[in-house]
Amino acid sequence: MTAAPALLVEDLAVEFRTRSGVVHALENVGFAVSKGETLAIVGESGSGKSVTAYAIMGILDPAARVTSGRALLGGIDLLAVSREDLADVRGREIAMIFQNPRTALNPIRPVGRQIADVLLRHGNVTGAEAPQRAIELLQSVGIPDPARRARAYPFELSGGMCQRVMIAVAIAARPSVLIADEPTTGLDVTTQAVTMDLIGELAAKNGMATLFITHDLALAAQRADRIVVMHAGHVVENAPTREIFARPLHPYTAELIAATPDHAARLEALASIPGALPDLRRKNLPPCRFSERCARKTAACDQALPRIVAGAMHGAACWNPLS
Amino acid sequence: MIPLLDVAELSRRFAVGKTAGRLMRLRRRLAGSSDPVSQVHAVDDVSFTIGKGETVGLVGESGCGKSTLVRLVTRLLDPTDGIIRFNTRDLSLVPARRFARDPDRGRIQMVFQDSGESINPRFTAFAAIADPLRRLRRLKGQALKQKVEQAASQCGLPLELLSRYPHQLSGGQRARVGIARAIGVEPELLVLDEPTAALDVSVQVVILQLLQKLKRELGMSYLFVSHDLNVVRLLCDRVLVMYLGKIIEAGSAKAVFERPLHPYTQALVAAVPRLGHKPARLCLTGEPMSPIDPDPNVCRFYPRCTYRDSICATNMPALERRGSDREVACHFVEKFAAAS
Amino acid sequence: MSALAGTMRHARYVIGENPVTGLAFALFVIIVFVALLGQHVAPIDPLASDTAVALQPPSPHHWFGTDQLGRDIFSRVVVATRLDFGIAVASVALVFVMGGLAGVAAGFFGGWTDRVVSRIADTIMAFPLFVLAMGIVAALGNNVVNIVIATAVVNFPLYARVARAEANVRRETGFVEAARLSGNSEAQILVLQVLPNVLPILVVQMSLTMGYAILNAAGLSFIGLGVRPPTAEWGIMVAEGAGFMVSGEWWIAFFPGAALMIAVFCFNLLGDGLRDIVDPRRRT
Repeated sequence: MTAAPALLVEDLAVEFRTRSGVVHALENVGFAVSKGETLAIVGESGSGKSVTAYAIMGILDPAARVTSGRALLGGIDLLAVSREDLADVRGREIAMIFQNPRTALNPIRPVGRQIADVLLRHGNVTGAEAPQRAIELLQSVGIPDPARRARAYPFELSGGMCQRVMIAVAIAARPSVLIADEPTTGLDVTTQAVTMDLIGELAAKNGMATLFITHDLALAAQRADRIVVMHAGHVVENAPTREIFARPLHPYTAELIAATPDHAARLEALASIPGALPDLRRKNLPPCRFSERCARKTAACDQALPRIVAGAMHGAACWNPLS
Repeated sequence: MIPLLDVAELSRRFAVGKTAGRLMRLRRRLAGSSDPVSQVHAVDDVSFTIGKGETVGLVGESGCGKSTLVRLVTRLLDPTDGIIRFNTRDLSLVPARRFARDPDRGRIQMVFQDSGESINPRFTAFAAIADPLRRLRRLKGQALKQKVEQAASQCGLPLELLSRYPHQLSGGQRARVGIARAIGVEPELLVLDEPTAALDVSVQVVILQLLQKLKRELGMSYLFVSHDLNVVRLLCDRVLVMYLGKIIEAGSAKAVFERPLHPYTQALVAAVPRLGHKPARLCLTGEPMSPIDPDPNVCRFYPRCTYRDSICATNMPALERRGSDREVACHFVEKFAAAS
Repeated sequence: MSALAGTMRHARYVIGENPVTGLAFALFVIIVFVALLGQHVAPIDPLASDTAVALQPPSPHHWFGTDQLGRDIFSRVVVATRLDFGIAVASVALVFVMGGLAGVAAGFFGGWTDRVVSRIADTIMAFPLFVLAMGIVAALGNNVVNIVIATAVVNFPLYARVARAEANVRRETGFVEAARLSGNSEAQILVLQVLPNVLPILVVQMSLTMGYAILNAAGLSFIGLGVRPPTAEWGIMVAEGAGFMVSGEWWIAFFPGAALMIAVFCFNLLGDGLRDIVDPRRRT
């Protein structure tokens, strides 16, 4: 049907060893992002969306273990390669931007140098060309007076500018996949719009696949081609954006939409989601982790978790989906 | 009808730089400069009212002065100029450091954003809710326990959670503790500073509905500060839009969001992601003006405004009434009103 | 679960994770025990001198041997535990009250309080600390109380700094503002809201300072300031025994020295263990 996806995640499972037990953070997580596509992973806190991103990038907490799964990037399984090979791939083929730009940048190094570091590491330019290339990159992310700003330290720049620098560092080596972990949470709406515009433009220009993680359904609706909804470490629905709002299949997705304050809703019309996340340390977790909170639960829900068919346009992990 | 809160020409300026004390001023005077130290105009000539039982929203970018305005209204901070009239009494006459002992202290309370660590990590939920009741209502022993439990129940907080510490509570539970603490003394004006910003969407719904219910039950007025316009729209009767220390638009929440008149409000509303709408082309370019010693004759929005004209750089637009229920501070409102 | 139960559980975890910490706690308990009951545990009167048995090596009768005046070293070491431990506890308590409160006030109120406290701390820090301690004891007189005062003064800057930093961080947090809204006066906020948050960090510091306090007292006694003979104190005993090392009577200095080392080691490890318990970042 289409070319191989830029990033393909299959059957990813991650657990954390803590002193209060083993946390089954992720189970059977899988999705694909194609070149030029923007995929949003949407979920509330505890859904495992950030853990997924960190697992793909290989930057999980030391207490975490990937117990199964593959993350295929251009034929390489990121979860199976050695640390040296992973270090080569990171930055060059896949990059990540984070929520807090100030903590993602080195405070004692001028920003131009930080961009040049990436360029030099991944062999794109010579030592002499790197500073100029860095300035060009600063320009491409919309930083005014880039030649002067390249010599600035992160503390001299505003939050918005630090974020643009972080984006420049990420795309410097022209990766084919960009992961954005809550890039606009905490920003003003106007800054958020400008940042998302910037990411979109850069993705289009460089032909990047973008995987962006957010808890804001409306933002995902606006910016993503396809949405993956996660709940308690499972992928519960995977569909093109328009489909997911027109025809949500999974009960959790429908309830999430019903809880999102929207342009037209009245406060009384908003509905919260009953119950709470199950404790992921439990040994007796039901196969569907939403079943205990679900109004549509059937006997089949205790048997096994339905898997979303790989390659399906619109799939939901549910035995009793909304139709 | 006398409004509950009547704020007039309220201003707060902060001196820039650490040595902004007497020594610095002396030095500057000796150097021949007649200006005092550079000032940040955090809140600049702000006037608005809140009526009894009204919910007024306050929106604006970070750095617009919302937090400072909130601290002025709740009397945690002293204004540089202006009047804060609460039930016809001018509260600005009482210095902030003495207001803790004032009889009106219990009439204005605040709910904080959870992530600001607004509950003492060493206090149980019970102790946190009990604190204002102890100090302001002088309750003790059994009477105190009853009132705390009543406030907790009103906020949907299970009583067994009262012995827990903040780190043992979920985000939604902490939010309820913060609300219970604020309403225990039955304030007339409740200021809410981004109370649901750190909460998941499903929890946010519950908390917003709780706030709505409490408002009715206790007859409070709300000043609801938020950067989330959708939430403000749901909860608020009227909304004030702030930009760099000034109110640039005010009116009924519904009307302002449906038909924003000020260019900044238009950009703000356009930027809000909406289900089923593609992102609008934003026309905000350029850097915001510096809040330090801004030129009093230039419109604060001038550097970023697409519609700007020469008059905008020579005449600060005043907040003027447009129509029955709107105030806008812009020279070109008629033009926009016609265009939209 | 109450805070105490949670802390106890965390404490058990920390001790279990790092056996050395557990050892330090056990040792601490032993030291306290010996300090409290030392007088009654010591088999022989520590002051009783019997020149007939002077300079005897360790034996079944005198476990640590005897010193140049025939006094039983074991008994002296045991009895000295109370004195040294007492000095440590007293100095640390004094500096905690003085330095801790001054620092918290400086950090919370800022302004002139901060300036005065900081300048006092800076002045003290300008001197080499042991020399300052020597000077204080020399000026005020050679006794235990003055050792305690000297140790407290010398540690003042450390406590004031730590307390000031912690109070400063807490100054503008949400719960402090909430406390103002609740009608608390600034003094009430300082004592009831800020201090409980600063205390755990200071307690950790106290444990570490106890080791230093003992060394300080021992050092002062070693050079002749502070405790006077015939009082049994580890530092004096080391001083008295130092001269005999060369002639082969190693036990006179060795055992009190070893006691010093073990005590300081224990307090330092205790401090590390306490820090692990108290520091929220270590909690998973």
